[in-house]
Amino acid sequence: MSDAAGSGAVGVVLVSHSRDVADAVSRLAVALSGGTGGRLVAAAGGAGDGGIGTSSELIVDAARRVDRGAGVVVVADLGSAVLTVRALIADEDDADGDEAESPRPGQAGVGTLPPGARLVDAPFLEGAVAAVVTAGAGAPLADVVRAAEDAYEYRKL
Amino acid sequence: MEDGSRRVAELDTGFFVRWLTETASAVDREADRLTELDSAIGDADHGSNLRRGFTAVTAALTDKPPPSPGAALGLAGRTLVSKVGGASGPLYGTLLRRTGRELGDAATVSREELARAMSTGVEAVAALGGAAEGDKTMLDALLPAVRALPESFTAARRAAAEGAVGTVPMRARRGRASYLGERSIGHEDPGAASSLLLVAALERSWEAADE
Repeated sequence: MSDAAGSGAVGVVLVSHSRDVADAVSRLAVALSGGTGGRLVAAAGGAGDGGIGTSSELIVDAARRVDRGAGVVVVADLGSAVLTVRALIADEDDADGDEAESPRPGQAGVGTLPPGARLVDAPFLEGAVAAVVTAGAGAPLADVVRAAEDAYEYRKL
Repeated sequence: MEDGSRRVAELDTGFFVRWLTETASAVDREADRLTELDSAIGDADHGSNLRRGFTAVTAALTDKPPPSPGAALGLAGRTLVSKVGGASGPLYGTLLRRTGRELGDAATVSREELARAMSTGVEAVAALGGAAEGDKTMLDALLPAVRALPESFTAARRAAAEGAVGTVPMRARRGRASYLGERSIGHEDPGAASSLLLVAALERSWEAADE
């Protein structure tokens, strides 16, 4: 995996209630990755109208943008951001459920996340930085997930 | 199947579409009250979020008439996940999708079959939110309602109403309200209140079918 930013790299999606928070954390994580994570990370912040909230359409779009076939790690902040991602992943798990057809763009319905998308149990900012740095270094999906989830262990005192 | 006095509940696609549009009307009527409940212990968006979601559900059902009860619930559930920018979208979306999936592509279902499918749907909501009965959530209205549903739609609505009122003295253990701790006591949970609207719409749709 020497071509870290090319095909085969793990993608990272940052889901926050706030577009500003998602965008800023994305920029911070890319900066801390020395720029290697730039093409691997996509922010999905705020509701569809730009206000505070969660948009499953923004999340699915972001995941598809960074999917290079090696998996996508999703880091979410709180409440509906977490629940929306979990509902989307449940959709993916039973894609053969109710009418497996994918809804067309602009139509009511939820597009699905790329296969193998994973929600990580991680604090938002620390998990995002860990995931982007690890993914930028070319690590496989399991390592990116572990790095993000290990972020809970970084004690500050 | 006819018992001469009361026909056996065979619920067709029309019933389910009516249920969803009845719910949409009720949510529209009660949106301000839901938001008011949510402003006491939440972030004051429950009414407007659900209204947006169910307005989109009504439009989707008109745009693309579903072929079966299960498909109607699946379409509604996907629309809610897609259109609602708050926790109610994935939660109600999961309830309806999972219930719809349990119903499969049957053209009609009995009330008992609906009760079993909804029970699975409510369990999926509990798993998604990591909540249990007594946590001051929508489950406190939905679980009693689903338990009473095999008896009658009216019994289910009564159970949901009691469950919603029963959330008033509870302390929230899930969601934003849980940050309030003791201060969440004394307010009805907005999710339990909107769940009552969903269950009451079920009863109204059945009565409409009876006429």
